[in-house]
Amino acid sequence: MSTVAGASAPGAAGPPQPVGAAPRRSSPRSMLWVWLLLGLLALASARVLSGADDIDSPGTLGAALTLAIPIALAGLGGLWSERAGVVNIGLEGMMILGTLGAGYYTFHFGVWAGLLGAMAFGAIGGLLHGTATVVFGVDHIVSGVAINIIAAGAAAFLAEVFFSGLPGGGPTQSPALPNAPSFGVPILSGAASDLATKDWFVVSDAASVVAALTTDMSAFTLLALAAFAGTYWVLWHTPFGLRLRSCGESPTAAETLGVNVYRYKMIAVTASGALAGFAGCYLAVVASSGYANGQTGGRGYIGLAAMIFGNWRPGGLLTGSLLFGYTDAARLRSGGESVHALLLVVAAGLLVFALWQLRRARAAHAVGFAVAGGVVLFWFLATDTIPSDFTQMTPFVATLLVLALFSQRLRMPAADGQRYRRGEAG
Amino acid sequence: MSKTVTATAAVRLTDIAKRFPGVIANHDVDVTITPGTVHALVGENGAGKSTLMKILYGVQKPDDGTISVGGEQVTFASPADAISQGIGMVFQHFQLADNLTVLENVVLGAEKLHGIKQQARDEIERLSSAYGFGLDPEELVESLGVGQRQRVEILKVLYRGARIIILDEPTAVLVPQEVDALFANLRELKREGHTLVFISHKLDEVLAVADEITVLRRGTTVATVEPSSVTAHDLAELMVGAELPSPSTAESTVTDEVVLDVAGLRVDDAAGRSLLHEVSLRIHAGEVLGIAGVEGNGQTELVEAVIGMRPAAAGSVALGGDDVTGWDTRRRRAAGIGYIPEDRHRHGLLLGAPLWENRILGHQTRPPSTRGVWINRPGAAEDSQRIVESYDVRTPGVDANAGALSGGNQQKFIVGREMSGDPVLLVAAHPTRGVDVGAQAAIWDQIRAARRQGLAVLLVSADLDEVIGLSDTIRAVLRGRLTDEFDPQTVTPQELGAAMTGAGTQPQAQP
Amino acid sequence: MSRARRLGLTLIAPLIAVVAAALVTSLVLLGVGESVGEFWAVVLSVPSSRLMVTIVNNASVLYLSGLAAAIGFRMNLFNIGVEGQYRVATFAGAYFAGLALLPGVLNTLVAIGVAMAAGAAWAGIAAVLRVTRGVSEVISTIMLNAIAGGLVAFLLRELGEQQGQIRRTTTIPESAWVPGIPLIPGEPSLVYGLALLALVAGVGYAVVLNRTRFGFDLRATGASETAAVASGVNVKRMTVAALLLSGAVAGLIGMPDLFGDSHAYGSTIQVGLGFTGIAVALVGRNHPAGIALGALIFAFLSVQSNALGIIAGISPEIVAVTQGVVVLSVVIAYEVVRRYQLRIEQTEVARALEREPAAGSEVGT
Repeated sequence: MSTVAGASAPGAAGPPQPVGAAPRRSSPRSMLWVWLLLGLLALASARVLSGADDIDSPGTLGAALTLAIPIALAGLGGLWSERAGVVNIGLEGMMILGTLGAGYYTFHFGVWAGLLGAMAFGAIGGLLHGTATVVFGVDHIVSGVAINIIAAGAAAFLAEVFFSGLPGGGPTQSPALPNAPSFGVPILSGAASDLATKDWFVVSDAASVVAALTTDMSAFTLLALAAFAGTYWVLWHTPFGLRLRSCGESPTAAETLGVNVYRYKMIAVTASGALAGFAGCYLAVVASSGYANGQTGGRGYIGLAAMIFGNWRPGGLLTGSLLFGYTDAARLRSGGESVHALLLVVAAGLLVFALWQLRRARAAHAVGFAVAGGVVLFWFLATDTIPSDFTQMTPFVATLLVLALFSQRLRMPAADGQRYRRGEAG
Repeated sequence: MSKTVTATAAVRLTDIAKRFPGVIANHDVDVTITPGTVHALVGENGAGKSTLMKILYGVQKPDDGTISVGGEQVTFASPADAISQGIGMVFQHFQLADNLTVLENVVLGAEKLHGIKQQARDEIERLSSAYGFGLDPEELVESLGVGQRQRVEILKVLYRGARIIILDEPTAVLVPQEVDALFANLRELKREGHTLVFISHKLDEVLAVADEITVLRRGTTVATVEPSSVTAHDLAELMVGAELPSPSTAESTVTDEVVLDVAGLRVDDAAGRSLLHEVSLRIHAGEVLGIAGVEGNGQTELVEAVIGMRPAAAGSVALGGDDVTGWDTRRRRAAGIGYIPEDRHRHGLLLGAPLWENRILGHQTRPPSTRGVWINRPGAAEDSQRIVESYDVRTPGVDANAGALSGGNQQKFIVGREMSGDPVLLVAAHPTRGVDVGAQAAIWDQIRAARRQGLAVLLVSADLDEVIGLSDTIRAVLRGRLTDEFDPQTVTPQELGAAMTGAGTQPQAQP
Repeated sequence: MSRARRLGLTLIAPLIAVVAAALVTSLVLLGVGESVGEFWAVVLSVPSSRLMVTIVNNASVLYLSGLAAAIGFRMNLFNIGVEGQYRVATFAGAYFAGLALLPGVLNTLVAIGVAMAAGAAWAGIAAVLRVTRGVSEVISTIMLNAIAGGLVAFLLRELGEQQGQIRRTTTIPESAWVPGIPLIPGEPSLVYGLALLALVAGVGYAVVLNRTRFGFDLRATGASETAAVASGVNVKRMTVAALLLSGAVAGLIGMPDLFGDSHAYGSTIQVGLGFTGIAVALVGRNHPAGIALGALIFAFLSVQSNALGIIAGISPEIVAVTQGVVVLSVVIAYEVVRRYQLRIEQTEVARALEREPAAGSEVGT
């Protein structure tokens, strides 16, 4: 065994530090507010400049939230898993299992049983992934891909078995499901909606946000937000969470200190599956009217992208999900026009990024981004609307864009994706 | 000259022995550690110091002998047992999670002691100020310098109530100022009644801080002395043994033709800290330049810079008449640089591939491994067989996976492969590490034979026998700088040991 | 380790996987109250000659898909985007051939080249993102799959023509069609002429990976990046090359059907081939013969399952479960076998050496 002490040995040498200011972690909450404010400004400007009024109407924003939650929950599942060091590509499959569980249990036993059933189904997927990766040491991505294949097949098969004979159902979809209870704040909601229809820059847009939040807020949404808060508290403020995170940062250090790394990884991956199951339930019950084959449509993967964008923290993850959910909503509601307006936002973003790359003296990258920004701007100016085929891709293009822009700045848990075997410490 | 023990020893190791397959790591080891002192354990690489301390910390179990703590005999099944006896160990390779804070790293696994919030924070601050560590519990470990990280490791053991603290090569990665800070901390700890066991090979430091010194050589204790009664040279002599490995008395094969010319080389790490400063050397055809030094002083960076795996921040590297500073690894190797890496598993072999495929590794551009764009399987297999025979590689055949061979045989194969390419320059980093004595001699003979044919060799080694026995010229490396040249015919072990460890070249009076 | 034993260990994993998959499938069927016996009766029935031709056709297409994925896997790159690359490539090839710029066979050959180039380019996007911006190719290729769907739909709308109810590219002129192969005497349906591409690609894959310098570098990088770097490999260049190659092979997937049967790209194009190819590559452990076996098994299951609905009243989708379980259990089985194999080998080597006279103790490590 090589025992070179020096810069090449991991952990033994660190960067020399100037005495004085040490980088603290930026508070997740403050970053979230900054992004939200920037987003509001960007949308307001785009609305005024392009005349596409629907891009931040209360309806669109409400839809954005509804479509964001499944992505956010899937991403939260991914966060639990990756914080413990296990990459979970199988989230899509676990989400599919969740939609199936929701379809079956909600129809027969009601929304709350549906939620539990969905989470249980998802957790089974998680358990499978955990067994393959933690116990048998299978490559994380391979296991995830295999689980997606199994889940898709199982869901399609069981859907036919469960739903074929039911009224309103069929081999590929469930009957219409009852929705979860929803709440509103009547007076505030009405006032905000009124304010939103006036065209006042930023004020109306802000009112739009308020209206969206106070009208028809699903109980599941509140539950999801509680899951976020709960995750933050458990992972960053309890001994359990500390140990779990240490498994993803340095499992050998954890092992030398007596932590049972295998156990925490299994728990994390199972929880990850349960959350993906919740995401599926939300999708089937709140965002749609029931189970349908293929309804997840890649949202599990988008959730992973949101997690990466959020730098593996709940606050950033939520922001990213809102972004992706928004693109999803914009294209679904008024398709071409809204997405066309978004081009302006994207062009602006790319040009800003190009300037930033210039500041960091990376000329080649700056030119690349500037050219890309120019192309998008030209596209915006030269056309009036976007063909529907392209609007369908909006969330996926957004994902790619976000990853291309931000992947390098982010830091995943240090031991994420690594095969871990007990006894390799010291 | 040892001190009579008047108080109950904090730790006493008696007749400790430990064997691994093919290696006797420790035998007949006796160490007595007085409470409230700094006890240093010195010896060369491979002398058995780390293994002994791992036994004391419960990571390994001794094959023979007893351990007693505070007068009572104990056995340790795991580090948890050692911790419960008040023993803590700070490993040479820190076990810290970069993305977590100091607080989180310290309390991990011991959350029950003081929780993970304010109480823990207070306790850490208390310990930190009591011993002058200056650590902020909320700081991320990744932003800490090496000295600070080490203090976090020490804090970890103090937090768990250790009274006996083992430090394994603590100054191996510290710069002088950090070393001073560490020693100040150690003196504080001593004042508070802790017992410290300090493993090192840096004699100047050991003499500065220790109260008692035990010397290990080839797995056993050779002496226990007090710093006031020895000089660094005495220690160096004890460490390396008074025998002088006999240098080759054959005629010099060094020619005038310069093969490798390194000028003003500087290598920096990712954060801009210089790992090599102003390194200049010249190797001629038929010459072996031996770089003696303890690991961690820049040898790895020198080797990687010559091979092309690490960019030079400043300076140049020239091979033959060509400036290869900008060349990538493939081009350099194709130009005739052979490379025996110090970490054969990471850089030298494909463990899951058969030997004949490993013959091709690093030689993808030259026969007999390849013919144009094609891999020449029979050629590679035949040549592998030749290597197996000439270098006495013990394997069932050339189809055996490299990972199944023992370390020594893997190394022999690598040496054979690298010598086969008709190299003009051989870069050998610790070429006989983990190789049995017979094979070691065979490898040395092969290097000498190639040298007679005009091969230039850059030899990096921590084994003095090897450096003195093979080299035409010797230089030592310490903290990224090369010393002046030594002549292997005339250098004494004291001089070389002193240059490697920074003990100075003149007899010194004790401070 | 003896050749026979090594072979045995290599085969035992897929065997375990097949058995495990059969068990799980049967359990699931039992669980939902379907007849296990009827299922196996249908699936294991001897296929008619017409179905056999279909199986061979499907298998050859799956084989190409598996090869494309395997090229990436050998270098530890997960090209999940085979699906998207195949779509883009097939459209490009179909469109070009439909333009009829070149006569007869030349048209066919160049169109295939266009398809390979398109597939490579689409994969190239993910490659560039990975080496310049550090984006994980897993997610980027998945996103590109979805984007490919939208892009091709748009292009079909703009550049295609309406033929009855469906929209397709201009039909390829007959001179460019590739005749089928009458594999089974007396059977009217023919095996795709371009199924031979699968053979060529398989041989090419084996030769390039095992016999060329490039292939050696690729495999070395996948096995141990550090050793590859020390041996002179430029990892970034290698990554791009591997992904481009993978995309180019993905471009071949649609060719047999295009030139042998459908003669145009339309909305009826078979979906999911890319993902099944990944499964087949995993089952075949990236080995050209193994992938062939996997492709045959998967094709067999898919084709046989079509009759399940009609004959046994069981949804054909159950076969997807079977296939998925095969993949998962085979990768688990491979891991277990690998660890076992390593231990055996080390013991064997140690035993072989023990028989030799001892060479003395080794100097400290």
